[in-house]
Amino acid sequence: MSLTFYIAAVVAVAATSLAVTRLNAVHALLYLIVSLLAVAVVFYTLGAPFVAALEVIIYAGAIMVLFIFVVMLLNLGEEAAREERVLLKPSMWIGPGVLAAILIAELVYLVTAGTTTSNPAPAVAPVRVGMTLFGPYLLGVELASMLLLAGLVAAYHLGWHRPSRPEAR
Amino acid sequence: MVPARDGLALAAVLFAIGLAGLLARRNIIFILMSIEVMLNAAGLAFIVAGQRWGQADGQVVFIFILAMAAAEVSVGLALVLELYHQYKSLDVDAASRMKG
Repeated sequence: MSLTFYIAAVVAVAATSLAVTRLNAVHALLYLIVSLLAVAVVFYTLGAPFVAALEVIIYAGAIMVLFIFVVMLLNLGEEAAREERVLLKPSMWIGPGVLAAILIAELVYLVTAGTTTSNPAPAVAPVRVGMTLFGPYLLGVELASMLLLAGLVAAYHLGWHRPSRPEAR
Repeated sequence: MVPARDGLALAAVLFAIGLAGLLARRNIIFILMSIEVMLNAAGLAFIVAGQRWGQADGQVVFIFILAMAAAEVSVGLALVLELYHQYKSLDVDAASRMKG
């Protein structure tokens, strides 16, 4: 049903606007993860299940883990541990928890209701996506691999250069 | 079937929220997060358009956007660490002066 799309859309907009307006980076990351999961549900209701899975695995998984690593790297020590206990107090989980619960309820409904009623949009099968990706877009795949290599080298360079700078001067 | 207009409207709203965050926030981590929101909204627009015509091209472009976002965020976060190391601050205005 298209109602699931609208519920997920409202959750996405609410979570994104909350993420952008939070003062604390950890709170914002919690809401941002919920926002990405909501967009994944939107993809599913639109009939793109493969991309919905990619959204959860890569965006909400890998990219957000990188963000959390950096946020945690930037404040280390005793003070940070104490601060974290205050930041992640139980009341902080209510907002993201409620939004995520809505998404879970929607997902359970979509899965249990079956594909005929819940997913009227003509789904583009992952097979077709793969055939298109490695057919006409093969050059794009190669370019993406070059881009990822460039990103890897740049991140390595920026991270490695830092400790060696003081002795060079 | 969700009309393509509503899907594109959702993408536009998410993009606007990301843009507002990008312009309003001065903390570099929030700026990177807003960029992620905007990239995600652009990908959503591609998916909606691809589903509208029942073609797989929209999803293919989303996969490219995903790869680009991963590369962008790894370089961006390395720059965040470098900025923090040099200026002991996450405020982008701390680095507004160029060395020249």
